[in-house]
Amino acid sequence: MATDISKLGLKTKWQDLTGGMIVAGAGTSRDFNTGEWSSNKPQFIEEKCKQCLLCVPVCPDSSIPVKDGKRGEFDYKHCKGCGICVKACPFGAITMEGVK
Amino acid sequence: MAKRDRLSGNEAVAIALRQINPDVFPAFPITPSTEIPQYFASFAADGLVDTEFIPVESEHSSMSAAIGASAAGARSLTATSSCGLAYMWEELYIAASNRLPLALALVNRALSGPININCDHSDSMGARDAGWIQVYAENNQEAYDNMVQAYRISEHKDVRLPIMICQDGFITSHAVENIELLDDFEVKNFVGEYEPENYLLNPECPMAVGPYSVTDYYMEAKRNQAEGMKHVPQVVLDVAKEFQEISGREYGLFESYRMEDAKRAVVMIGSAAGTAKDAIDRLREQGEKVGLIKIRLFRPFPAKEIAEALKNAEAVAIMDRAEGYTNHGGPLGADVMAALFRAKSTAYAINIVYGLGGRDVRVEDMEKVFADLKQVIDDNDAGETYRYMGIRE
Amino acid sequence: MSNHTEIRWHGRGGQGAKTAALLLADVAFQTGKYVQGFPEYGPERMGAPITAYNRISDTVIRVHSNIYDPQYVVVVDESLLESVDVTSGLKEDGAILINTERPREEIVPHLKGYKGKVYTIDAKKVSLATIGRYFPNTPLLAAIVKVAKIMDEETFLKEMRASFNHKFASKPEVIEGNMKALEMALKEVQ
Repeated sequence: MATDISKLGLKTKWQDLTGGMIVAGAGTSRDFNTGEWSSNKPQFIEEKCKQCLLCVPVCPDSSIPVKDGKRGEFDYKHCKGCGICVKACPFGAITMEGVK
Repeated sequence: MAKRDRLSGNEAVAIALRQINPDVFPAFPITPSTEIPQYFASFAADGLVDTEFIPVESEHSSMSAAIGASAAGARSLTATSSCGLAYMWEELYIAASNRLPLALALVNRALSGPININCDHSDSMGARDAGWIQVYAENNQEAYDNMVQAYRISEHKDVRLPIMICQDGFITSHAVENIELLDDFEVKNFVGEYEPENYLLNPECPMAVGPYSVTDYYMEAKRNQAEGMKHVPQVVLDVAKEFQEISGREYGLFESYRMEDAKRAVVMIGSAAGTAKDAIDRLREQGEKVGLIKIRLFRPFPAKEIAEALKNAEAVAIMDRAEGYTNHGGPLGADVMAALFRAKSTAYAINIVYGLGGRDVRVEDMEKVFADLKQVIDDNDAGETYRYMGIRE
Repeated sequence: MSNHTEIRWHGRGGQGAKTAALLLADVAFQTGKYVQGFPEYGPERMGAPITAYNRISDTVIRVHSNIYDPQYVVVVDESLLESVDVTSGLKEDGAILINTERPREEIVPHLKGYKGKVYTIDAKKVSLATIGRYFPNTPLLAAIVKVAKIMDEETFLKEMRASFNHKFASKPEVIEGNMKALEMALKEVQ
């Protein structure tokens, strides 16, 4: 039995857990909306952005999607609001309350 | 065709492992289990097995590597004794809670201190709550047979728990005795291939092993683990039955020796049970109704079955080759007494600590135990229920 | 109990008493017996007194204790006569076999009044004459087989040759020396 993580929750009975709590299947973190943990969200100011993409690799939650060589809007479902991208941006294209 | 031979318990287990041909065997030496990886290393060097034999730098690492290999999908094991087992403590729980069916060839030796290299059961008894299946042997033959049956029990889909195959340090591990070995192909066919449902090296289904479980999940995870343990007794019996078909040797959860009409019984584990059998035969010749329950499966503990086997006994001595420091006896004593209580037994029960640090057990010592039980019955009083045998005082 | 023999070996760490006990178990096994061969273990220290045991029987051996009342005792190093109570529990209808250069009369006074038979062999002489080095356990093995009547000499020599052929497969030159040591010991023990 592989874990169907969509069924995991606070009401899950022990019978429905996998043996050894293994999680079979890759990329399962996509299904967890960890973005709701954040109390503060970064704002992307597109007109100031030079598309240098320095913010992308520093994001610990891979929450800055890149398409055709250009970054887009934040993935707020998974951004935890750490503010590292604000520090990484040389152009002030990302702002966040309390982070400069 | 069975082959008659004479081997020490360590050689016997090493040969069983050669016949099983496991995938990965990480090991770190410690007396008295050292010979098992030592013999096995020469099998590996001689090309008699396909096993990846890994000399590691500690027991912490040997169990960790065995766990890693098992999670990857390999049939793995290690061997150790005493302080080596103590050094694996953390990993023992991890192996069990990850539901990994790996094996440990344990050669029982006293834990320090005072430092001692000889046999008692304090090492494995200390690990009895780690979630491992524990199977014990009286002699080299049983150690070999238990090893051959180990993976069938451990890997069973309803079980998937690690298994500890125990034998008495030096007393059986280093004593050369007669033994019957199975043919290599018989063991190979009996054990079969390991086919895990999920494993790390399966590119079709990447997986995570040992994820963090917050309070919301931890207890459900432990309950799930307990379910595996509940299936063990039936699987042990089923595997034993199949094993009997190829070997002619019969195994159960425990052995009842001359218990049919026994009024006085001893319950014990390991090599001293053989010595007790000689004492029982001597006493039976004098018409005394005495018998023995020799535990094979200690974890999980077959409480109900043992209480049933003891239902006609008037007095029972439970022999512990380990202290529990409860002020009322050792771990086997606690389990058997609880079993008797739940079965509403009216038998007198005493718990005797014996054989610590290799203290020898003679036929005469066991005769004395039965004499003490007679006294208990005559007195209509168990007297002191927490006793020491063979102690200078 | 049918034919059941118990033997206790006294030696010093490094002299091969354990090996001799295991070899004896081996050769007795080859003749269809139930056997036990085991040492009493402690920290391994060269020269420290050690004990090893054999049980040889026609029936299954279940007992796992040391041997306290042996029929036979083998003393691999005669200096142990002073420090170890080698005749402890030794049955009077049994025998003690001692490795010594001295005649029996000189040894008997050291045996605490033991009334049974006393055999001696100069294992050093035998070993040096045949193997060229001092390995007391090979001559003593032959001597105890004879003293305890474990099996007839012909069978013993045949089984030992097979065993040596296997054990010394990589250095066959030592086989003849060891065989000669066994043959000479069978004659020398008295």
